[in-house]
Amino acid sequence: MNETAQSMSGLESAQAPPHPLREFWNYFRLNRGAVAGLTFVALVVFVALFADIIAPHDPHEQYRDHFLEPPVWEESGTWEFPLGTDAVGRDILTRILHGSRYSLVIGFIVVTLSLTVGIALGLLAAFFRGSFEALVMRAMDIMLSMPSLLLAVVIVAILGPGLFNAMLAISVTYLPHLVRLTRAAAITELSKDYVVASKVSGARMPRLMVITVLPNCMAPLIVQATLSFSNAILDAAALGFLGLGAQPPTPEWGTMLAEAREFVLRAWWVVTFPGVAILLTVLALNLFGDGLRDALDPKLKR
Amino acid sequence: MLRFILTRLSILIPTFIGVTLLTFAMIRLIPGDPIELLVGERGLDPARHAKLRAEMGLDRPVLEQYWHYLTGVLQGDLGKSIVTKQPVVDEFFTLFPATVELSICAMLFAVALGIPAGILAAVRRGSVFDHSVMGAALTGYSMPIFWWGLLLIILFSGILGWTPVSGRISLLYFFEPVTGFMLIDSWLSGESGAFKSAVRHLILPTVVLGTIPLAVIARQTRSAMLEVLHEDYVRTARAKGLAPWRVIGFHALRNALIPVITVIGLQVGVLFGGAVLTETIFSWPGIGKWIIDSIHRRDYPSVQGGILLIATTVIIINLLVDLVYGLINPRIRHRR
Amino acid sequence: MPLLEIDNLSVTFGGLRAVDGLDLSIDEGEVLGIVGESGSGKSVAMLAVMGLIAFPGVVRANAVRFNGRELTGLNKRERRNLTGKDIAMIFQEPMTSLNPCFTVGFQITETLKVHEGGTRNTRRERALELLSQVGIPDPERRLNSFPHQLSGGMNQRVMIAIAIACRPKLLIADEPTTALDVTIQAQILQLLLGLQREYGMALVLITHDMGVVAETAQRVSVMYAGQLVEERAAGALFTHPRHPYTHALLDALPERGRDRPRLPTIPGVVPGLYDRPSGCLFNPRCASAQADCTERVPPIESGNRGRVRCWHPLREDAVGA
Repeated sequence: MNETAQSMSGLESAQAPPHPLREFWNYFRLNRGAVAGLTFVALVVFVALFADIIAPHDPHEQYRDHFLEPPVWEESGTWEFPLGTDAVGRDILTRILHGSRYSLVIGFIVVTLSLTVGIALGLLAAFFRGSFEALVMRAMDIMLSMPSLLLAVVIVAILGPGLFNAMLAISVTYLPHLVRLTRAAAITELSKDYVVASKVSGARMPRLMVITVLPNCMAPLIVQATLSFSNAILDAAALGFLGLGAQPPTPEWGTMLAEAREFVLRAWWVVTFPGVAILLTVLALNLFGDGLRDALDPKLKR
Repeated sequence: MLRFILTRLSILIPTFIGVTLLTFAMIRLIPGDPIELLVGERGLDPARHAKLRAEMGLDRPVLEQYWHYLTGVLQGDLGKSIVTKQPVVDEFFTLFPATVELSICAMLFAVALGIPAGILAAVRRGSVFDHSVMGAALTGYSMPIFWWGLLLIILFSGILGWTPVSGRISLLYFFEPVTGFMLIDSWLSGESGAFKSAVRHLILPTVVLGTIPLAVIARQTRSAMLEVLHEDYVRTARAKGLAPWRVIGFHALRNALIPVITVIGLQVGVLFGGAVLTETIFSWPGIGKWIIDSIHRRDYPSVQGGILLIATTVIIINLLVDLVYGLINPRIRHRR
Repeated sequence: MPLLEIDNLSVTFGGLRAVDGLDLSIDEGEVLGIVGESGSGKSVAMLAVMGLIAFPGVVRANAVRFNGRELTGLNKRERRNLTGKDIAMIFQEPMTSLNPCFTVGFQITETLKVHEGGTRNTRRERALELLSQVGIPDPERRLNSFPHQLSGGMNQRVMIAIAIACRPKLLIADEPTTALDVTIQAQILQLLLGLQREYGMALVLITHDMGVVAETAQRVSVMYAGQLVEERAAGALFTHPRHPYTHALLDALPERGRDRPRLPTIPGVVPGLYDRPSGCLFNPRCASAQADCTERVPPIESGNRGRVRCWHPLREDAVGA
């Protein structure tokens, strides 16, 4: 496996084995879809950072003379509102550009939360086999017996609607997979010789867990994290659409769709563009995630 | 095989108990007074509050309360809806067939398209067809289905006028439900056009709900087939002089189906989650829409009972999937 | 007239020549051994005869005649009607060569159904008969077994039963004993030879094991890097090999190395896609290579005692027994 990777990058780096990151990149960039996905994600990040400068209007400004104006290429469209306006005269393009902030923050927070808790529980379950492990894994089974969107809905119903509660709820629903994944990977690693060696040389439990074992479980977790990122954007938008996530007038893409629903047969642009934004962002993240998985999965390296 | 079933069952029971614990705790976790939540009134006077508290057994120790709840659940008592005052169980099973009908149609749609597409993509690996199927599958997998539903409404209901926007059947038709499945009931009713109307109402929701399972099944079938096509026994099948369709569609597919069935089973949960969105978009009178409406109406007994019943359904379906998995995989069946 | 006659067969995968201009023939009822290291093209050549080379592999030949019939001109359907019926093949890995999802009985009767029809009952009777012929005890019960319930040796017996189900004229056995325990290997070989005599089949035994060939074959073809390098009657080949490669292979047999401290080996590996030498393909590894060996490709030379592809073949008396 190493040999082929070396020979692949051998053109530039002569004989020295390439840095693991460089090796990864050499493999990753062969996947055109993944590179396209990464490029689009970078674009979304850029837009989110500079939405205030790029966006032509204020996302909450209601132009009273411009209710439900169609996009610029339609007959009565103007360049003032390139993608048209919604039912209360807000610029749709501006709101979509600002919405990217919410999606990225949602993805980031959900992944951070669920990854932290999931890895902790998974590692603990792998290290303390027995009743603790049984308890954790049973709890995860119970959560898995509920459709994840429904579980999120229930948690929001308990905590009350709102963007933060929605993120919390989504994070909880992602726990079972992460816990199972971490535990399985950690148990595999624990039986390997290097861990035994580390134990023999007197490493203590926390060090063993975090420094010795965890880094070797990271590959599947990183892949799962990118997939969770895109799923979180989808699920948060779904909760927003159901009126359980971000509340109006927040320019969150799912909430925008919920507000636009009643105009579905009258003003197609109000409905279409926020959805395109969700689809493209999620698609880009999934393309990137697929590429990441292939580049990290040593089984597929050839 | 019997042993296999028994092990599965023994995992199932604690899971069910866990779910009841969760729904039991749910009412007590919601901010606010549980009695007010369960009765659906605010600012109860202290005398009535105390009376209700005793009636509901909320003055007892928590463990006893839970025992009371669990025995009630096992006897089919899930409380009454605050809004309609009807038993939650009755409400649930009136609406359940609508969701089941939609889910079955969506799954059939996903399987009927996804498996052949996955097989063809694997057999013609690297072809234009393969790339388009996989591109479409990734797009479907990334699809916000609530938006997809709206988009289809714009196209097929708005512009083309082919399909209705909402509901299960045209208001022109009315007949007493027999099975609760509109396709069957409309057929049985004998009214001309009723069945056709039911089908037309079902098409868009089916496509919307089936999209993600379709994408997942197509991807899984392709990768399972690719793996299987390299196996020695596929070469043996060809060495027997079998026709290509039999080698691929029988010897290879039979093995590739094992992981595909697992994935189909996992999609059942996804389907129930998606039903919440699909039913909301198309005003489909099923469980998903009912739960969301109940949350908005703060009808917590309905939410509590509905969640428990849905989770139980998913648990039972997962058991069935496990059994099917055992049936089609001889290596599992004979394992002790 | 030989049963199978191959004239100038080549199989290429992309730029790789797996089989390179192979001529081969086998008579009815004959046992032919094909010997070579892995990658020498021996299996690929026989898969081509079976019609089992799939895309991206490309098969070319001047002629492949089987039982007087030209195979290269047949359409796919006619070709399939021969495959598994008149020409059958068994493979190296019995544990993975049987479909794990179907019973042994089903996998045997399937071949019968495709090629001979008959009723359910006649097929079942024949399957029982086959199972006892290949030495499987309690065939009634084994009919309903799945491959994972049987041992490797038993599975290979099932594979043989499938292969001989339609009484083929030619049976190709591709390393049939390599994956098996040493104790089972001899049993399977004896079974194959017994069946070969009983059915009057021709048998092609592909192996990298000179020892196996010595016990079984009447004639031996030695292949190297896709080419035939030597072919002779088994006895003559073993006592007086003419190609240095054959000589080296025989020298590497443990039985012959008993009085030497260290078993001789052949340095290097079979050339692949990018490291094909000029001239004789064996010259980089050849102990007796000379200057002209690297310049021109040696032609195959036929004599009355066999064929050899070498500029400087060993004299027949060079290595005595």
